[in-house]
Amino acid sequence: MRLTCPFCGPRDLREFTYRGDATLRRPDPDAANAASAFADYVYLRANPRGPHREHWYHAAGCRAWLVVERDTATHAIGRVALARNDQP
Amino acid sequence: MLALASGNAAGSRMRYSLFSLLREALNGQAGWPAAWRDALPRAHYDIVVIGGGGHGLSTAFYLAQEHGITNVAVLEKGWLGSGNIGRNTTIIRSNYGEPGNTPFYEHSMQLWEGLEQALNYNAMVSQRGVLNLYHTDGQRDAYARRGNAMRLHGIDAELLDRARVQELCPFLAFEDARFPVAGGLLQRRGGTARHDAVAWGYARAASTLGVDIIQNCEVTGFDIVQGRVRGVQTTRGPIAAGKVGMAVAGNTSHVAAMADLRLPIESHVLQAFVSEGIKPVIPNVVTFGAGHFYISQSDKGGLVFGGDIDGYNSYAQRGNLPTVEDVCESGMAMMPMLGRLRILRSWGGIMDMSMDGSPIIDRTPLEGLYLNAGWCYGGFKATPASGWCFAHLLATDRSHPVASAYRLDRFATGLVIDEKGAGAQPNLH
Amino acid sequence: MPRQRRPGTGIDPAQKLDFQFDGLPLQGVAGDTLAAALLANGVRVVGRSFKYHRARGIVTAGPEEPNALVELREGARLEPNTKATTVELFDGLSARSQNRWPSLGLDLMAVNQLASPLLAAGFYYKTFMWPRHFWEKLYEPAIRRAAGLGRASGLPDPDSYEKCYAHADLLVVGAGPAGLIAALLAARSGARVILAEEDFLLGGRLLAEAFLIDDAPAHLWARRVEAELETLPNVRILKRTAVFGAYDDGTFGAIEKVADHLPEPEPGQVRQRYWQIVAARAVLATGGIERGIAFGGNDRPGVMLASAVRTYLHRFGVAAASRIAVFTSSDDGWKTAFDLAAAGIEVPFLADARADVAADLVERGRRLGLRVELGARVEDATGATGLNGAYLRSARGTTWLPIEALAVSGGWNSNLGLSTHLGGKPEWSETAAAFLPGKTPSWMRVAGAAAGAFGLGEAFRGGVEAALAVLGELERRVPAFDMPIASDDPARTTPLWRVEGASGKAFVDLQHDVTVKDVELAHREGFKAVEHLKRYTTLGMATDQGKSMAILGQAIMADLEKVGPAGLGTTRARPPQVPVAIGALAGRHRGRQFRPTRLTASHDWAAAAAAPFMDAGLWKRAQYFARPGETNWRQAVDREVLTVRAHVGVADVSTLGKIAVLGPDAGIFLDKVYVNGFSGLAVGKVRYGLMLREDGFVMDDGTAARLGDTDYLVSTTTANAANVMMHLEYCHQVLWPQLDVRMASVTEQWAQFAVAGPKARALLSGILPSTPLENGDLPHMGCRPIEIGGVRGRLFRLSFSGELAFELAVPARFGAALWRSLVHAAETLGGSAYGSEALGVMRIEKGHVGGAELNGRTTAFDLGLGRLLSRKKDFIGRVMAARPALNDLHRMRLVGLVPLDGRAKLPVGAHLVPEGERPAASVDQGYVTSAAYSPTLGHPIALALLSGGPERLGQTIRVVDPLRDGDALARIVAPVFVDPEGSRVLA
Repeated sequence: MRLTCPFCGPRDLREFTYRGDATLRRPDPDAANAASAFADYVYLRANPRGPHREHWYHAAGCRAWLVVERDTATHAIGRVALARNDQP
Repeated sequence: MLALASGNAAGSRMRYSLFSLLREALNGQAGWPAAWRDALPRAHYDIVVIGGGGHGLSTAFYLAQEHGITNVAVLEKGWLGSGNIGRNTTIIRSNYGEPGNTPFYEHSMQLWEGLEQALNYNAMVSQRGVLNLYHTDGQRDAYARRGNAMRLHGIDAELLDRARVQELCPFLAFEDARFPVAGGLLQRRGGTARHDAVAWGYARAASTLGVDIIQNCEVTGFDIVQGRVRGVQTTRGPIAAGKVGMAVAGNTSHVAAMADLRLPIESHVLQAFVSEGIKPVIPNVVTFGAGHFYISQSDKGGLVFGGDIDGYNSYAQRGNLPTVEDVCESGMAMMPMLGRLRILRSWGGIMDMSMDGSPIIDRTPLEGLYLNAGWCYGGFKATPASGWCFAHLLATDRSHPVASAYRLDRFATGLVIDEKGAGAQPNLH
Repeated sequence: MPRQRRPGTGIDPAQKLDFQFDGLPLQGVAGDTLAAALLANGVRVVGRSFKYHRARGIVTAGPEEPNALVELREGARLEPNTKATTVELFDGLSARSQNRWPSLGLDLMAVNQLASPLLAAGFYYKTFMWPRHFWEKLYEPAIRRAAGLGRASGLPDPDSYEKCYAHADLLVVGAGPAGLIAALLAARSGARVILAEEDFLLGGRLLAEAFLIDDAPAHLWARRVEAELETLPNVRILKRTAVFGAYDDGTFGAIEKVADHLPEPEPGQVRQRYWQIVAARAVLATGGIERGIAFGGNDRPGVMLASAVRTYLHRFGVAAASRIAVFTSSDDGWKTAFDLAAAGIEVPFLADARADVAADLVERGRRLGLRVELGARVEDATGATGLNGAYLRSARGTTWLPIEALAVSGGWNSNLGLSTHLGGKPEWSETAAAFLPGKTPSWMRVAGAAAGAFGLGEAFRGGVEAALAVLGELERRVPAFDMPIASDDPARTTPLWRVEGASGKAFVDLQHDVTVKDVELAHREGFKAVEHLKRYTTLGMATDQGKSMAILGQAIMADLEKVGPAGLGTTRARPPQVPVAIGALAGRHRGRQFRPTRLTASHDWAAAAAAPFMDAGLWKRAQYFARPGETNWRQAVDREVLTVRAHVGVADVSTLGKIAVLGPDAGIFLDKVYVNGFSGLAVGKVRYGLMLREDGFVMDDGTAARLGDTDYLVSTTTANAANVMMHLEYCHQVLWPQLDVRMASVTEQWAQFAVAGPKARALLSGILPSTPLENGDLPHMGCRPIEIGGVRGRLFRLSFSGELAFELAVPARFGAALWRSLVHAAETLGGSAYGSEALGVMRIEKGHVGGAELNGRTTAFDLGLGRLLSRKKDFIGRVMAARPALNDLHRMRLVGLVPLDGRAKLPVGAHLVPEGERPAASVDQGYVTSAAYSPTLGHPIALALLSGGPERLGQTIRVVDPLRDGDALARIVAPVFVDPEGSRVLA
C-alpha cells in the first residue's frame, strides 16, 4: 500500500502509523452530556466495509498527520490531505 | 415437540467408532453419511445464530446439548467454517492475567480437553505446551504476575529460567541475538487443535441434535418490530426468530450496522503463514517476547506461524509486505534455523479488534439481539467457551459466570479488561 | 545408465558437472536442472509419497513438480523439500531422497499402502479418540513422525540475505514469448522496465519446443531479444527471480536466487535477495501449466506431463525414456509424440481420449507410423517402482502394452496465481477449457498463456497488446517492432479429468496422495465446497500448491455436484506464488541486527568498565559497575546506592525521551496534554507532569522545563518517547491546529547525566566553577543554561533518587567527555558512577512510579496522583478519568510493602491475599509491581497495587508467589520508604 503524502509524495506503507477513524470530533468537555459523548468518541466506531476516512501519521517522514480516504474492502486510496486542514 | 421435529435428522447420523471405521474400510468407504445436514431454511426458529464459524456452531451445539433448545438455525453466508475458524494459527491456551479473562479461557481449556468425547470427532486437540519467552527482567516480572494469577485460578503455569527453556527448545536464540532468550512462561496444558475439524465437529454434533445448518445464506437485514428483533432477512428469504445471536467476528460492525448499532470494534487483517511440511522440529507452541511472533508445528509437519495485525482497518482478508517481513524477521531472530525453510501459504483473516483487546458476550440495546464479538486474534482458543457462554446467555438471558465481565457497557463505565494496557486503540491490542 | 546426451537449447554438453544423489556419483552438464541430470542418468525413482510412501518419479520440468523433492546440501545448509526440477545443477551438488526409511528402494513405511482402505480422507477425524488420553501419548507422536517430508537442519542458517527496493514504470513477470515481447516494446519506448524470470534462462516454452519463429528455432529469437534488452540502460533483467506476491498499489515481492546455483555463496555474497518492486504497471506473463489425468497408477515413476517430456528433450537434450507412449485429451499431446518420433525415440502408442481429432494431426501421426488410438484411454499404469506398462482401453477392448514412460496431457491451466492475490476471482472459460484470471486492478494486465492464449502466435499478440496498452497509459511513444511470425497453432482441448474403470489408485494430488475416491468420499460426506474439498482431503495443499493437478479434484467434485467447473469454482491463490525462504524475507534483520541498538554517550566507558547492559526498548543501559572483590550484582548495586546517599554518584539518564515544545502557545498546549498546568510555570522552572490517554488512564509521566518564554523541554519515560511524540503531534495537528506551537524530538541530540548525593553541589562546583548552585540561585525544580568548556548546555535541579541532585545536559557529541570528567570528579569525592539498577532501587525507595506501575491499566487515582488533576482547565483524558469506576476506592492502588520479618523477599509478580485465607483467585487483591533490597534501610521493600490499599496502611497482607514457592507476610505502608518528608532534595 502506498500513500501520497502532501509533503513527501508517494511513500510506502511502512513509513506510516495508523490511528483510525478521522470523522470523529472531540466533544465539548463542558457540555452537559460530556460523559456519554466522550464514551462514544473514545470507544465507538462505524468501522464501515467500504469508503473510510482515517488518520495516518507519517512517522518515518515529515511527521504530518494525514486524513486518508481509503476503501477498507479493496484498500484503494483516494484523497490524502493534511489533518490540520481538515477541520470542521 | 421440538425434539420430534428433528428426530429423523438425528437418526441418520452414524457414530464414529472402531466398528464403523473397519466396516467402512471393507466397504470402500461407501456408507458414510454427510457430516452434517445441509438444511433448507424454515420460516421460524426459536433461536437464529448468525455465523457458521466456530463460535456460531459451538453456540448452536451447546444450545441443543446443554439447554435442550434444538429449534435453532445457524446461518452462514458462505461455506461453513469460511471465516476465522479456518484462518488462524490453531493455538489453544488459558494463560491470561486479567481477572475478567482468566476463568473464561480456563473454562474453554477444560472444554477442549473433553472435546473429542463430547463431539465424537477428533479435532486433534494436542496439549503440547505453550511457551511465552521473555528477554528482559521487566518481561519476566510481567509473566510472573500472569503466571501467579493463573496458579491462583488453579491453572497450570511454570516460570522457566534460561536453562530450562534451553532443555525444552534448544534451537532458540540464546546467544548472538539482539534480544537473547532469558526464560519463559510455560503452560503445559496449552497447545493446538486442528482448526477446520473444530468447525466440522461442532457442525456434525449440532446437526445430529437437530440444529439446522444453512450455508450460502447471508443476512441482509433485521426485522425489528416495536424495538425488538423478530427475525432476519436473508439472501434465502425472511426467517423469523425468537432471539437472534450474532457470532460474525470480522464482520460484526457490518452486520450490527443493519440494526443501527455502533460498536467498540474495528476490523483488522491478521496474516498467518505455514511452511512446507518437515519432520518434527518444534515440540510445542513458542511465542517471541521481543517482537510479535508465534509458531507451532502441525501434525502434517508444516510450521504454522504469525505475528501482528497489519494495523489498518480492513475487510479484505489480505495484508501487505511490511507485516510479512516483520513476522519473518522476528521468526529468524527467535529461531535462526528457520532461514532455509520456506513459506508455502499465507492467508489473512479479519479480526474484530475491540477497544480493550477483550471480547463481548452480551445482550445489545436492541431487545432480542445478542452479541458475541470482539475476539481480536484470540478467538480460536475461545471457541468452546464462547459457544458455551453465548448459549447460556441466549437460553437464560443471564451472563454465564465466567463471561460476566464481557459486558458491552464496560467501555462506557471504564471496567475495561485491558491485558496489554494499550487503551482504546484497537490496533495496539 | 546414462543416456546418450542430445543437443539442447539450454545446455552445454561439453561442460560436465559431477554430482551425487543418495550417495551415488553421477554426471550432468552445464545448463541442467537436477531433474534433467537425474533423468539423463536413468534415475527413475526420486522420492516417496506423503501418506502411502509409494515410489515416485519426476513428473514435470518446473516449479509445479509434486514428486521430485530432495534434501539438498549438508549440515546447516540442508534444504528440505527442494524441487529437483528447479535446482540448477552445479559441480559437487549433493542431494538425497526424502521420506523413506531405510532407503528409497526399500521403504518400510510403504506398509501404509496395505492399510490404505482405512486411510481415506478424513480418517483422522473419525478415530484415535479411544481411549481418551492415547491421542497425545501414542497416536499423535506416531502420526507426526510419519508426516512431513524432508528434515530441517535444526541449525542456524549460515547464509545471509538482503532486501532491495526497486521502482519501475513496468514490471513484466515471466520471460516467455508474451513477457519478452511486452518487455521489448516497453523497453524500446524508454520506459523503466523490470523483467523478472524465475528460471535461470529467459525464453520459457521457447526453449522447450520445436517452435520456429521467423523460420528459425524459437530459442534464437529469445536470445536475440535478451541481448537487446541487456544493452538498454532502462531495463533491469532479474533472472532466477520468482515474483511471489502482488500487493496493494503496484507493489510486488520477489526472491532472486543469487547463489543457489553455487556450492555455497562466495564470501560476502548473499544467498538470496528479497526485492520489493513498485511498478506503475505490471504485465503478468506467467505462462501455463499442463495438467495430468486421473487414471489408475497415474503416479507410477515414468508417468510425466507431455510438455515436460518435450522440455527435457528440446532444452536439456534428454529423452525421458527409450519407449514413451502418449495419453492425451489435447492437441498438445500430439506435439510430444511428433517431437519424440522426430528425435527417433520409440512411441509405442498415442491414445487420445477424444474421438474427434483434427484430421491433419491424425494424418501426420499415421505418416510417422505412430500407433494412434482415438477415443482411447489409459485405464491403469503398472510397475510399482517404475512404469513397465499400461492397460490401454479402446473400442477394440483393453490391452496391456509395455512402455517405459507415459507422456500425459489433460490440457493446460493458466498460471494465474498472482492475478488473484488482490482479490481477482478466476473464471472458467469453456473455450480455453481452463480457469482464467478474473478482474484485476487497472494497473495489472495478464498476457499470453496466463491469460489463456496457449498458442505461440496468440501469446505474442497478447504480449504486444498488453505492452501497447501500458505505453498508452504511460503516454509513451510506440516504438518500431516486427511482429514475430510463429509456426504454432493453438491447441484444442476437451478436458478429461478422470478415467472411469481404473482399478488402481487414481491420484488428483500426487504429493499428498489424494485420490479420486477421496474426492468421492468428501462429496458423500458433504465437503462439497471447493474449500471444503481442499481442507478435508488436503487437495492442493502440498509444496507444489496443486498447480498441475488440483483442478482434477475440483472438476471431479463439480461433476459429482453436476455443476461443472464454473459452478463449483476454484480456490483463490494467496501469496506466495512459489514457496519462499523465511530467511530471505527477514533479510539482514536477524541475530544482533534484528533491531537497531541505541547507545548512550557513556556506553564505551561502561563497556570498558565491564558493566552488564540491560535492554530498555532499543537502548542499552549499563546496570552496575562492579568493583574488584564484588562477587554478585547485589554487592555492587548496594554499594552504588549507599555511595549516592552518603557521597555522590553520577548516572547516564540520556535514554529518557526529550521533546522540545516551542512557540507562543507552547504553555497553553502543554496545559491540554498534561493533567496539571504549565502555562503558569516560570521561566527557569521545572515541573513534574502527568499525561493521560483520552480514555482517562495514565499514559506517561515526566517533567517539563520552561527554558524560555516560548521554549519548553518535555521529558518522557524511555519506553514511551516515540508514542508521546506521536501523541503530541496528534493533539496539535488534529485537535488544536490553531495553536502556534511546534515540537521536535531531541532525545538523540542531548546527553544527560544525573549528579546525585549530598556532595552533588560540591562536584558540580568543580565542573561549573562560574555557575552559582546554591538554593537561592538554583532551587529544587529549577533549571538554567550553562556553559561548560565553551559548550552550551543545560542544568536542571531534579532528583529521582531523593537526594540533592542535578541533571546536566550537553550536546550528545560532548557527552562522552563530560561523562568521564563527572566520574573522575565523583571519585575524588568518594563517589562513583551508578547504573540503572541502583537508579531503580532508589526510585523504589522514594516510591516514584516506573514502567511496572505505568502499565496502561492504572489511573492517576490508583497511583496516588489524583491531586494533580486540574479542575480549572480541560486536558486530554479529563472527562473519562472522572468516571466512577476509575476512582473506586476498591481499585488496586499503589502502596508500599515491607516484610513482616524484615527479611523475606517480596518478588515482583507475587500476588496479595488476606492473611489467613487460602491463596486463590477469589481472594486475590493485588500484586507486587516493583521490588528491591533497600541498602539504605537494610531490608527488602516493594511497591504494590492493592485493592483499597491506601486505606489499609499498617495492616498485614500475605504475599504469595506460587510459581516460585514464595509465601511471606508483609506490612502495608505508604509508598515512600526513604526521607518521606523530602528534606534531602532541598539540601
